[in-house]
Amino acid sequence: MKEIDAAKITKEVARLCMEANFELGEDVLKAIEEGFEKEESPVGKEILRQLLENAEIAKTERMPICQDTGLTVIFLELGQDVRIMGGDLETAINEGVRKGYTEGYLRKSVLGDPLERVNTGDNTPAVIHTKIVPGDVFRMYVVPKGGGSENMSRVAMLKPADGVDGVKEFVIESVRTASANPCPPVVVGVGVGGTFEQCAINSKRALLREIGSEHPNPFYSELEKELLVKVNELGVGPQGLGGIVTALAVFIEAAPCHIASLPVALNLNCHAARHKMVEL
Amino acid sequence: MAEYSLKTPLEEKDVRKLVAGDKVSLSGIVYTARDAAHKRLVELLEQGKELPMSLEGQIIYYVGPAPTPPGKAIGSAGPTTSYRMDPYTPALIENGLKGMIGKGERNEKVVDAMKEHGAVYFAATGGAAALISKRITGAEVIAYEDLGAEAIRELTVEDFPVIVAQDSSGGNIYTEGQKKYRK
Repeated sequence: MKEIDAAKITKEVARLCMEANFELGEDVLKAIEEGFEKEESPVGKEILRQLLENAEIAKTERMPICQDTGLTVIFLELGQDVRIMGGDLETAINEGVRKGYTEGYLRKSVLGDPLERVNTGDNTPAVIHTKIVPGDVFRMYVVPKGGGSENMSRVAMLKPADGVDGVKEFVIESVRTASANPCPPVVVGVGVGGTFEQCAINSKRALLREIGSEHPNPFYSELEKELLVKVNELGVGPQGLGGIVTALAVFIEAAPCHIASLPVALNLNCHAARHKMVEL
Repeated sequence: MAEYSLKTPLEEKDVRKLVAGDKVSLSGIVYTARDAAHKRLVELLEQGKELPMSLEGQIIYYVGPAPTPPGKAIGSAGPTTSYRMDPYTPALIENGLKGMIGKGERNEKVVDAMKEHGAVYFAATGGAAALISKRITGAEVIAYEDLGAEAIRELTVEDFPVIVAQDSSGGNIYTEGQKKYRK
């Protein structure tokens, strides 16, 4: 049995909320740099240059990369041999969000009720996805998710007969219609299979992958590569102003599903593809 | 594609000469407003009441800045997606608004109002929020402080870089630019 202090979780959540918003991951930076090298549109190239300069300013001055510092999504892998001491898990995480967003001068973008629309004032509550796993692992991803890219998400319950072509068409058409709105170049997360809600969660979980990493299944690895080429052929380009760098990566997460179903979901990350991980 | 430096407030002749794709450097006052503030502004217009600021020749920047850290004029302040303001925008243009700054395409009703009254829609780089904040030298909340990040602020900007995304004769850089690079 491993014991983890709730106060430690709070402290780590606060730290990662700030770090994720101030420092773009090395993989994302590298992908934007590569995009800058190959972009054919002069306007597109200038935008990618601005994004690199912006990332540098944000890191040096500890300012948010984007003013939309997101709703905090947590993906947690919690070992069944872990015991949280001195408080409950959910409170500890939300306390960390409150602390991180206050001390880091991050924008508070969460409303207590979707229709009353009154801001909670501290960016809580977080959306927490917990998976109970064997052993004593405590692996936590902190993912500040912006509204502009989130609004372009889609789910479709395809017919099994639609097959892989149906999935491809869904992904390409979704990126095309999202156009400039999700702040391209985007990272495309795709959930295939599972149930209605599971494929949506998987499409978001897919965004946690490091850019440049290979899907372990060769079929999906090839499909990811093919979709990336096709999405970039749309011409959407940086900020939707036209160009060849529309997406930095396509990541797919597949899950077993019902004989009658072929659910597919798409979740986009803007170029500020923010996520940080800690193991306790 | 031409390059211009413009000072606010804008005159109709300034706006009419701009073509989708032009680069513009803006200086002067711009006002911030996004979803919640737009709703309130349009409600005031519907009730025939006075707005918290005159819209004559003015520019609205769709932004909800991050809180201002000590020693800075403003926190990170990039554009938000503009289509959410589309339902409210024609009424504001009819009341004198000459420019908008945001990201992403506007709908036909907004474009019709832009054509009729001579208004322009600029795009700033979404997500370049720390960089953009360097071009904002002053920020003061002038209305709806209760809305926090969504309050209306009067910003003073210097050489604020934007691109003409949609112009007053229907030109559209999104459709034109994307068509050019589609394979």
